[in-house]
Amino acid sequence: MSAYKTKGSVKERAELALNDDFLRKAVKFTTERLRIGKMNAAEQHGNWEEWRERGRQIRLHTIAHLDYYLNLFVENARANGVHVHFAPTGAEAVRIALAVAQSKAAKTVVKSKSMVTEELHLNHALQDIGVEAIETDLGEYIIQLAGETPSHIIIPAIHKNRYQIAELLSKEAGEALEADTTILAGFVRKKLREKFLEADIGMTGCNFAIAETGSMVLFENEGNARMVTTVPKTQITLMGMERIIPSWTDLEVMATLLPRSATGQKLTVYMSGITGPRRTEDADGPEEMHIIIVDNGRSNQLGDPEFQELLNCIRCGACLNACPVYRHIGGHAYGGTYSGPIGAVLTPALQKNVAEWDDIANASSLCGACYEACPVKIPLHDMLVYLRRRKVEAGHGKALETIGMRGFGTVAGQPGIMGAAVKLGQLGQRLVVRDGGIRLKVGPLKGWNKYRVAPTLAKRSFRQQWEALKRETANTGQTMDPVVKARMEAILKERAKGGGGRHG
Amino acid sequence: MKVSLFITCLSDVIYPRVGEAMVRLLARYGVKLEFPRAQTCCGQPAYNSGYWDEARKTARTILDAFDESDFVVSPSGSCTYMIHHYPELFKDEPVYLEKSNRLQEKTYEFTQFLVQVLDVKDLGAKFPRKVTYHPSCHGSRLLGVKDEPLELLQHVEGLEFVPLPFAQDCCGFGGTFAVKMADISGAMVTEKVDHILETEAEVLVGLDMACLMNIAGNLRFRNEPVRVMHLAELLYEGVKEA
Repeated sequence: MSAYKTKGSVKERAELALNDDFLRKAVKFTTERLRIGKMNAAEQHGNWEEWRERGRQIRLHTIAHLDYYLNLFVENARANGVHVHFAPTGAEAVRIALAVAQSKAAKTVVKSKSMVTEELHLNHALQDIGVEAIETDLGEYIIQLAGETPSHIIIPAIHKNRYQIAELLSKEAGEALEADTTILAGFVRKKLREKFLEADIGMTGCNFAIAETGSMVLFENEGNARMVTTVPKTQITLMGMERIIPSWTDLEVMATLLPRSATGQKLTVYMSGITGPRRTEDADGPEEMHIIIVDNGRSNQLGDPEFQELLNCIRCGACLNACPVYRHIGGHAYGGTYSGPIGAVLTPALQKNVAEWDDIANASSLCGACYEACPVKIPLHDMLVYLRRRKVEAGHGKALETIGMRGFGTVAGQPGIMGAAVKLGQLGQRLVVRDGGIRLKVGPLKGWNKYRVAPTLAKRSFRQQWEALKRETANTGQTMDPVVKARMEAILKERAKGGGGRHG
Repeated sequence: MKVSLFITCLSDVIYPRVGEAMVRLLARYGVKLEFPRAQTCCGQPAYNSGYWDEARKTARTILDAFDESDFVVSPSGSCTYMIHHYPELFKDEPVYLEKSNRLQEKTYEFTQFLVQVLDVKDLGAKFPRKVTYHPSCHGSRLLGVKDEPLELLQHVEGLEFVPLPFAQDCCGFGGTFAVKMADISGAMVTEKVDHILETEAEVLVGLDMACLMNIAGNLRFRNEPVRVMHLAELLYEGVKEA
């Protein structure tokens, strides 16, 4: 797997992205369109917050009873004639998928978009045994031609502009294609049509698995997933073990939340519900159907109060579109299959290897835009702090930072010492203050002053001025409005009864 | 009735004028702020970086300092929200857990206190300048201070309010993030300042000196003369001018 491991630190990868103007413009352009679309769709919906809460409750309930719903799903899927497999690890999932491909003597596999197969690096594994895997989602197809990995959960080629895409596709076409989206998509459609017809296996991911009927549901806009699930004789579906929802009624909530959150669409263009392989009365569909349920680190989150909600994620990508860090550095800088805020938490959480986590959890200003955008309200901004804490607790904090934080604890933990430190700073800064600001680029000021002028400490702190200020305001003689006084007293009373805790 | 000022580090040592403005403004409504000297930092830098033992150390000074207060008012939404993490920090220390829950109840961000407790939206201020507003992330998203500052600004005579494009985007401060991920943070603050300049406002106003320090630092770095103020300062100046 080492070939697929990303190199360098988040900082180094981010620097590459920050110096790539094409990437930054492309990512900014599309994320801006998507997040504005999402905000408008949420507003037009009318009861967005209420539905968000419904979505959250459905996910919380399902994950809390995941064993029950998984069993129900598997029983029903098997009754429908599906071969269901469990894969505790990524390697096991790959082994099962390859075994099915080999048993069919498959030469080609057409794939619809699936993040879990990216997580497993399944295309490379298929290639290694001589099976050609062809991505049929337009964005994934582009990325595959470029030999890259997706940089966004739902818009894999978000980091490329149409001129770069035209160049890639022209190479494939053997002729110069105009950088016009209709022409480019037309070329890919024609090219892929042949592939659909000759493929031995159709491979898909799974947006939702419905426990009550053992069905799998796919959301897509291009129609390629429908081709993948109707033309080839064999279908292999890979699904994360948490993709389950109890019922079709719950799907209605998800079908309301997912497209709106992802792209601002009220409806996805194609929604396919597939309940087992082709029956005699069916016009199309695979003769044989396999579903591989993948754990690969997911069950580590079960029972962990800080991270279990990660399993609620419906992979809409809204947190990426809302994230100001993602907007500037794109997805590859995160270094894992999943990028953006969800990736920054999910990647280390799935791996469970604290020592190997790089700075990924530090690549966030903790602004909470991800949480606000999330259709199922996953507190990603809190989880990023928990990751940082676990790393420190496991003794993997950076030496300099640890010294700094210990110092902080000592100084700020004791008012007297803090006051003395401020006095020292007020004296010491005279050496570096020029024109009322600090422009020095050393130590922690190096990064700060690359983009800013640092402020100086006030000549007299608030604390040092307090006595004078107190005397001044003591004599204003203003008395409190009795109405206000009564209100404040009422708040105190309410609190004493234990009912005044919430304000804001 | 004991109403205390939770000054926060930055307003104490870098921007004392914010605390002064708060004290003088509230005095006009008969609120005599007290200043418990034992307070230090809310502990957020350590908490956010994962150093929770150190965060607990400094959080204790805050919990002890405000133990006797009936109301606590702070010029920062972010530091106020930090107190909402205290129950989690002290979940295994019953005495401090109890103090944490009480402090969370009694602590208000400055505009929350003005609008929700004092029921004041019009301070009779006059400020005839073009002003834009940056809602800080923790204050607006997490603490939920959204309408209060806008209501206060609406009632300032002569003030021309220009909405900030993509106002809800983070300025890139993020505490130690600005140092650890300096280039990403730099890109974020640069974008924020680009949007501020688009508005052609003379004044940028906000509710959190950390974010404002970040933005002001970039404005100064680019030699842009936009004035950066905490809303308390703007209101106090406006009241003096009226």
